[in-house]
Amino acid sequence: MSAPDRQQLQAAIFDAIGAIAPEVDPADIRPDQPLRQQVDLDSFDFLNVIIRLHEILGIDIPESDYGELLTLDRAVDYLLRRCGGSTAGK
Amino acid sequence: MEAGTLVEWRIKPGDAVTRGQVVAVVETQKGAIDVEIWDSGIVDRLVARPGAKIPVGEVLALLRGDGKTAAPPATTPSAIAPTAVTAPVPSAAQSAADRQKISPSARRLAQELGVDLATVQAQTADGVISRADIERAAATAKPAAVAPAAGDWRAQMRKAIAAAMARAKREIPHYYLATDIDVTPLLAWLAAENAKRSVVERLLPAVPLMKAVALALREVPELNGFWIDGAFRPSSAVHLGMAIAMRGGGLVAPAIHDADRKTCDELMAALRDLITRVRGGRLRSSEMADPTVTLTSLGEQGVAQVFGVIYPPQVAIVGLGRIRERPWVTAGTVAVRQVLTASLAADHRVSDGHRGALFLAALDRLLQAPETLAEKA
Amino acid sequence: MNDAAATVRTTYREALRAALRDALTRDERVFLMGEDVGRYGGTYAVSKGLLAEFGDERVRDTPLSESGFVGAGIGAALNGMLPVVEVMTCNFSLLALDQIVNNAATLRHMSGGQFSIPLVIRMATGAGRQLAAQHSHSFEGWYAHIPGIRIVTPATLEDARGMLWTALMDPDPVIMFENALLYNLEGELAADAGPVDINRAVVRRAGQDLTLVTYGGSLGKTLAAAEVLAAQGVQAEVIDLRTLRPLDMPTVLGSLAKTHRMVIVDEGWKSGSLAAEIMARVMEEAFFDLDAPVARVCGVEVPIPYPKHLEEAAIPQVAGIVATALRTVGHHA
Repeated sequence: MSAPDRQQLQAAIFDAIGAIAPEVDPADIRPDQPLRQQVDLDSFDFLNVIIRLHEILGIDIPESDYGELLTLDRAVDYLLRRCGGSTAGK
Repeated sequence: MEAGTLVEWRIKPGDAVTRGQVVAVVETQKGAIDVEIWDSGIVDRLVARPGAKIPVGEVLALLRGDGKTAAPPATTPSAIAPTAVTAPVPSAAQSAADRQKISPSARRLAQELGVDLATVQAQTADGVISRADIERAAATAKPAAVAPAAGDWRAQMRKAIAAAMARAKREIPHYYLATDIDVTPLLAWLAAENAKRSVVERLLPAVPLMKAVALALREVPELNGFWIDGAFRPSSAVHLGMAIAMRGGGLVAPAIHDADRKTCDELMAALRDLITRVRGGRLRSSEMADPTVTLTSLGEQGVAQVFGVIYPPQVAIVGLGRIRERPWVTAGTVAVRQVLTASLAADHRVSDGHRGALFLAALDRLLQAPETLAEKA
Repeated sequence: MNDAAATVRTTYREALRAALRDALTRDERVFLMGEDVGRYGGTYAVSKGLLAEFGDERVRDTPLSESGFVGAGIGAALNGMLPVVEVMTCNFSLLALDQIVNNAATLRHMSGGQFSIPLVIRMATGAGRQLAAQHSHSFEGWYAHIPGIRIVTPATLEDARGMLWTALMDPDPVIMFENALLYNLEGELAADAGPVDINRAVVRRAGQDLTLVTYGGSLGKTLAAAEVLAAQGVQAEVIDLRTLRPLDMPTVLGSLAKTHRMVIVDEGWKSGSLAAEIMARVMEEAFFDLDAPVARVCGVEVPIPYPKHLEEAAIPQVAGIVATALRTVGHHA
C-alpha cells in the first residue's frame, strides 16, 4: 500500500477525534490553531487520539513528539514525515 | 437518584449468573449505568420490563438459589425462596439497613421540584422527611428547584450535582489545605517508563498520582469513608472516586475500586476503562455507589490549585492542579522544577487540619519515590 | 335566593319531627311504625304529637319484635308504600338483621330490578347516656359493609330536617342513624329548611393543615377540637361524611390533597371499622398525597361501660382528637 497523502492523514485525525468528540464538526477546526483547546481534549483524550492514529496508521508516536501535534497542519506534516509521504502538493 | 429507566436486559430466564456480572442497563440522571448482580444463581424471572421507570430498591428480576434444583415456586419453602435482584442503590447512605423514612407525599414533591432526596434531612426527632423538608431543600437549592424537561439527562445531572453540592456546602464544615510538591522525579521516571512502552501501554501522570493519593489515604484513614447519621464510618478499602468531566458539561465521580492495591498498569487500565465508559455513558452501579473519597484534577485546564467541594456522604476530596515549572529553592539554591499544588478539602467533623497536613506530607513523600509507587500493590 | 335571615330556634329532635310531619303530609303512602312511636311519642320523643295529628293508621305502635315490624315495613315498601320504621336503638336492630341484610338489601338485586324497597329505618346509635353496653353501641360502620342499603348519619339540624324525605325518595332501603346525644342539640335552622342531598360529604370547617374526617355524634366534638387546634395555630379541615354508604371519597381525597394529613374520628370500634375502610381507600387512592400516617380516634375496644367516667373514656372526646391531630401534624410542631 502506498503512503497516505495529506487528505487521508487529515481524515485519519478527524476519525480519531470523532471517536472521542463526536459533537465536533471537522469543518470548524482551524488548522493553524492549537487542536486540544479547540476540541477540548484532555490528556486522556489526547492519548486516545494517539492510540487511534496508531491503530489506523500503524505508527507509534513517542511522548517526546507530542509537541509536533499542536495544530492540525503541524500534525499532518508530522504524520506525513512519519509515514514516509511527501509534503509536496499542499 | 431515586429511579431509573430499564434500557435493556443482558440476561434471560434460565441464564446462570455470577456475582458482579452486568445483568441490565439502566438509564439514570447520571447517564446509563450497567447494573451488576450481587448474588450468583439462575435467572428465574425478569420482573421489570425494558422502558419501565423503576424506583431504586425495586425488584428487577428473581434469581433461583443454586441452579441445581428448579423447584416450582408454589411449593418452594421460604428457605430457598428466590433472591431478588433490585435496582441499584445510589450510595451507602441509602442502604436498606438504614433506609430513610420519607412520606409518600414528600417523595412525590421532591420529584416534582427536582430535589435529590439524598440531600434532604428531616428537621425533627423522628427523622421522617416530610413535605416541609422538601420545600425547605428546594428553597435552599434554587438551581435544582427549576425543574428541567423530563428525560434531559444533562439537566438531571445538573440537578443532581446542584443538590449534592448544596448539601455539602450546607452541612459539611470544610477545611482546606494545600501544598506544593516537586514532581520532577515523578515526571522523569514517567518519561523513562513511557519511552520503554508502546503507545497502548503508556501511563498518564494521573496514574502514579492516583496511586500515591490512595496509599497516603491509608495512612490517614479519617479522610476515607462516610459521614452517615451523625457518625463517621471509615472504609477499610480505598475506592477512589475520579471526578471526570463529561464532554459538553456535567461531571461524574465513579470509583476505581481498591486503588491502593492496584499496580500502576492496573490503575491505567481501570482509568481507561472508566473514562471510556463515562464518555460513552456506561457506568456500573457499584462504581457510582461507593467511592470512599474523591480525587479531582483540574490542572489540564491550567488552574494552579483546586478548592474542592466534598461529595456527601464522603468526608474528603483531594485536588490536583497544573504541573508547572517553578523556581524551587532547595538548600539555598534556586532551581527550576516541575511543581504540582495538591490540595485537600476535608470534613472537620471527622478530621482536623493536623491530620489533613499529615496526608499531604505523606503524598509528597510517596511522590518522591515514584519507582516504589509503581511496584507497591 | 331564599330569605336566609329567617331562622327558627329548634332542636335536632324537633327537626326530625318536622321532617316526619312533612313526609306524612306530602305523601299519603308515608307512615311511621315502631315500638312506642304512637301513644308514648317515641323513646326519644321524636314522634310526640304525630299520632294525634295523623291518626293510628299512619303512626303505628308495634309489638316488641324488631324482626316482625321491620319485615312488615319491607313488605309494605314492596307493595308501594313509603314506610318509616323506627328501631329504638341500633343494638336492637340486630334482631332484625335477617330482614335488613337478607331481604331489604337483596330483593332489588334478586328480582332483577323488579322490586324496589323505598324503606327508611331510623335508629338511635351511640354512647353517652349511661345506658350501658346493650343500648350504647355504634353499628353504622357494620351496616355500611352491606351492599344494597344506604347509610346516612345526620349530624346537624339541617340534615335531621332534610335527610328523611330524600331517603324516602330513594328506591332502595336507607338506614338513618341518629346519635342519641344529638337529640337535644339546639340551634338555628332556616325557617324554610327542606330536603337535602344525601350523596355528598360536606366540609364543615375549612383548614389547610390537616383533615379531620368524622360523622354523626362525633362531628360536634371534632369541630370543638378544631377550635382548640386553631388556638394552637393548626388549621384543621373538618369533613362530615353524612353518608357512610356509599362513601363520598372525592370530597375526602380532595381535602387530603390539600392538607396531606388525616385523622379519622369514629365512635365505632377500630377493628374492621368505617375508619379502617377510609384508611384503606386513602392507601389505595391517595397514598402519594400522604405526608404522615393516617391516624384514628375510635371507640375503645370494650363493650361500652355503664359508669359515666368510663363511658366517656371509651368514646372519642375533644382532648383525644386534639392530641392525635397534633401528633399527626407534629412532625414539625
